[in-house]
Amino acid sequence: MMRLRDKAQVIRSKNAGPYELTYDFMFSDSEDMWDFYESLDSDITARVLQIPTEHVLSLLAYPPALAVKITVIRPQPSGALGETDVYGAQQHIPWLDYRYQRRTKCDHQ
Amino acid sequence: MNEVRVLSPTAILGYGYPMDSFNRGLGRDPHVLAVDAGSTDPGPYYLGSGKPFTSAAAVKRDLRPMLCAARERQIPLLVGSSGGAGAAPHLDWLRQIILELYREEGFKLRTAGISADVSQDAVKEACVQGRIQPCGPVSPLTQGDIESSFHIVAQMGTEPFLRALDQGFQVILAGRAYDPAAFAAVPIQRGFDPGLALHMGKILECAAIAAEPGSGSDCMLGTIGSSAFVLEALSEERTCTGRSVAAHTLYEKSDPYVLPGPGGALNLKATQFRPLSEGRVEVTGTRFQPDDTYRVKLEAAARIGYRTVSIAGVRDPMMIERLDEILNAVRDYVGSQMENACAYSLLFHCYGKNGVMGGREPVSTAGHEIGLVIEAVADTQEDAANVCALARSTLLHYGYPGRVSTAGNLAFPYSPSDFDAGEVYRFSIHHLMTVDDPNGLFPVVWEVDSH
Repeated sequence: MMRLRDKAQVIRSKNAGPYELTYDFMFSDSEDMWDFYESLDSDITARVLQIPTEHVLSLLAYPPALAVKITVIRPQPSGALGETDVYGAQQHIPWLDYRYQRRTKCDHQ
Repeated sequence: MNEVRVLSPTAILGYGYPMDSFNRGLGRDPHVLAVDAGSTDPGPYYLGSGKPFTSAAAVKRDLRPMLCAARERQIPLLVGSSGGAGAAPHLDWLRQIILELYREEGFKLRTAGISADVSQDAVKEACVQGRIQPCGPVSPLTQGDIESSFHIVAQMGTEPFLRALDQGFQVILAGRAYDPAAFAAVPIQRGFDPGLALHMGKILECAAIAAEPGSGSDCMLGTIGSSAFVLEALSEERTCTGRSVAAHTLYEKSDPYVLPGPGGALNLKATQFRPLSEGRVEVTGTRFQPDDTYRVKLEAAARIGYRTVSIAGVRDPMMIERLDEILNAVRDYVGSQMENACAYSLLFHCYGKNGVMGGREPVSTAGHEIGLVIEAVADTQEDAANVCALARSTLLHYGYPGRVSTAGNLAFPYSPSDFDAGEVYRFSIHHLMTVDDPNGLFPVVWEVDSH
């Protein structure tokens, strides 16, 4: 098992507008990017973030930046009553210790 | 003209920039200076209240060298989303700053202010005509949302900038604008491809954030040609790499391949990022796909009340162990006391426990001390202060089981312990509105003559 914080160079979260939260993960090579990407689906993402699966809006690999990007519905709109992170910049925490296995298939090589 | 060079000094007007970088950029003979002043990131307060999120002194400091350079070189200076949120009071705030600068410098440039405000009636009418739709995961717009909204603004595209340029304005201060618009306007005016111009604008609006190492307070130069644009950082400490520029496409966006904006979307599926010499990066292949109908994004905020907060430390390990239970008991007590007094919300932010992640905090153990923020929101400032004071005093002396520190439960860093934080807003409109004329909502509302 690998731990994401040992493999990724960037693990970040940020508002994508006031109603969505987006997570970017960047790697030093495409192998690492695809390993992480292949380990994920909407259900796993929802479980890590403790949100409903239908709140996962997109999950994609972006090879030009050796990146994986996940966008979800914000738990509540930015700045609404009960807000804890207006910019959404510290919501990446659940990903730091995310553990996953190296993929076995090589269909992206 | 076979290329246009656009100089972006800083990511947000007021964030500052090094004069060395700026002068290096001027040495490249830019055709236009452009800067973005806005964002919804700081939350709904700024749009709702009409206040800027940057200081007047910082904005003035940033604008002065830009105005002087625009004058010396006879080039346009374009500002998007004036005052942060780009509504009437924000645009007026920037107008006052620029008038002060003109007075102090002893010159004036022909200047236009373009507003982006939309009346409640215009939005209601559009709503009735079926011209409003949610933008992203947002509920359909209601009459109540519209009527409770302060300062409804629409994001203008490049068209209002182009119109003002054609009318001969040299300095254009725009209300709320699509971030790339101020940067793309001059390249589009001079016949360059809108897809490339808008993609270049999308990167330049964040100035050197797309460089390595990134910075929101350093300059970036974009040069657009017939089939590509080239980016270069203007500080010797920074460089652009194919990856740093490509990665910027991810920043604060939900989909890096399709980026919607006024009147259409940028399509990046065929985009290539190619490193050149001297830390420059060439970008090709981005296309602008016009929509069948022209839609602009509307934004507004509604006031939900007034806030008072109290800040205190909790250090006693026996109290930290029972913190949730104690806070619930305090909440219940306040509820019983305020039952017939006023409507309010009472929240506890427990830093050191789950202050940042709230209910989704994956770590279940608390730290050895807790930073507690008591937050009360009510219809008036007085009510909010009352609720906060009651919660604070109740918690200070609350006798929980096993308590040994019977003199008080909270360590206050300040006297007074409570702070009135003023008006509280929520985002109330985040919808798309179909319009016939891309310029219709964005008139030039004032101008300054040159002399």
